[in-house]
Amino acid sequence: MGANIIDLKTGLAEMLKGGVIMDVVTAEQAKIAEDAGAVAVMALERVPSDIRKAGGVARMSPPELIEEIMKVSSIPVMAKCRIGHFAEAQLLQEIGVDYIDESEVLTPADEQYHINKHGFKVPFVCGAKNLGEALRRIGEGAALMRTKGEPGTGNIVEAVRHMRRINAEIKKATNMDEAELMGFAKDIGAPFELLKIVRELGKLPVPNFAAGGIATPADAALCMQLGAETVFVGSGIFKSDNPDKFAKAIVKATAHYDDPAIVLEASKELGGVAMRGTEISEIDEPMRMANRGW
Amino acid sequence: MAVKTPKHFAEVDGFILPGGESTTMLKLIERFDLWDALSKEFAQKPVWGICAGSILLAETVTSPEQKAFEIIPMTVERNGYGRQLDSHTAEIDGYEVSFIRAPVIKDVANDIEIKASHQGDPVWVAHGQNMATTFHPELTFNFPSPMHKTFVNMVSAEMLKARP
Repeated sequence: MGANIIDLKTGLAEMLKGGVIMDVVTAEQAKIAEDAGAVAVMALERVPSDIRKAGGVARMSPPELIEEIMKVSSIPVMAKCRIGHFAEAQLLQEIGVDYIDESEVLTPADEQYHINKHGFKVPFVCGAKNLGEALRRIGEGAALMRTKGEPGTGNIVEAVRHMRRINAEIKKATNMDEAELMGFAKDIGAPFELLKIVRELGKLPVPNFAAGGIATPADAALCMQLGAETVFVGSGIFKSDNPDKFAKAIVKATAHYDDPAIVLEASKELGGVAMRGTEISEIDEPMRMANRGW
Repeated sequence: MAVKTPKHFAEVDGFILPGGESTTMLKLIERFDLWDALSKEFAQKPVWGICAGSILLAETVTSPEQKAFEIIPMTVERNGYGRQLDSHTAEIDGYEVSFIRAPVIKDVANDIEIKASHQGDPVWVAHGQNMATTFHPELTFNFPSPMHKTFVNMVSAEMLKARP
C-alpha cells in the first residue's frame, strides 16, 4: 500500500461519517436499526446498561448471534472483543465482521496490554479519554477512535469530557515547537511521531466518533458540534419507549446537527421518553467502564 | 462543499454523490423528501457517483434489489467483492485508489463509455454528462485524481453550454 493513500481500514471509517452506529442484540433489532438509517450496527449480546445490571464477566458475543445479525444486515456489522483479548479478535476476524471494537464495555482480559491491531486485516475502533490514550491506540493500529464516555448511563457528561479534553490537547500541541512537543509527548505518554502528525493536521490522524451516554437527539447534536464525526448509540435506542422512532430521530438530528430547527423536529418525534439516566457519582469507581484500559 | 437541503442544491453546478452506505443514503433521501428535488437537479446538472453513489445512479441494483435514480444505464451489484475483509487497493489509470465494500458494475448499455476496468469489470464509466466510479479516488493525499480532473472538465463543459 502506497504512502499517498488513506489506509483501507480508516477508509471504511471515513464512509461512516455523519451517521449513527447502533448497538443491537438481535437480528430483529438490526433490521429496525438499518430501516431507521443507521450507517452500521454493533452486534452485542447485551447493551451496556444490561451488562451493568447483570454484573459478572462480559465477553465477546456468541458467534451465532453475530453471524445472524450479519446475515440480515446490508450495512457494516461491528462486534466487540475484550481489551487485550486478541484470540477473541481472531475469532471476530474469522467470522468476517467489518469492524472490531476493542471495548471497555466488556471485562478487560489483559490489564497490561491492548491488542496489537497492526496484525489484523479487520479494522479496529478503540475508546479514549484523552489525546495520549488515543495516540497509543492509533500506535497499536486502531483505524478509528471514539470517546469512551460512560456507557449504559444515558449520561453524556463523560463523552463531553473526553471530547473536550482531546480537542484541548490537540489545540495545545498545534502551538508547540519540536522541543516542547517532545516534553508533551512524555507527559501524555503519546508516540512522538504521531503527535507530530497531530500538530500538522490539527486533528487526529483517524476519524474520531462519540460514544458513551448518548440518549437524545440533542445529545447527538452536542457531540457532533463538539467535533465528533459520527455517534455510537448503545443503550439509548433499544432501552427507550419506542426504539424505531427514537432511532430515526437520532439519525435525523445527527445528519442535521448544525440546524437546531431540524434537531428540534427530531426531538418532537421521539414517541416516548429517553432511557432513565444515571448520575456518574452513583456508580462505584471499579464499575466505571471509562477507567478500563489506559 | 456539502449540500444537504434543496435550498442549497441551486448553488452548485455539479453534484458528487459520495461514498457511504447506499441503504442509509436511500432511506434518508426518502425520509427527508429529497428524492424529487435531487431527480430534478440530476436531470439538469452533471453528477458523479462514487461507490455507494454509483449504486444510487444505476438503472438496476442487485443484492439486494433497491430503488435508484436510473441516471446511468447500468446494472450494479452491491458489495460485489464481499465485506470489509475483501476491500483492496488498485492502480486505475496509474493512480492508486481504494475499493471499500465496493459494488461491481455487472452490465452496461452500449452507449456507456468505459473509462477503466479492474478484474474484468468496468469500474469507471461515463454516460453523457454523468459518471460513476465504484472505487474511491478521494481517499488520498495526492490530489487531484484523474477522475476529479475529468469530472471538473465535464462540469465546465456543461456550464459553457448553458451560457447564452
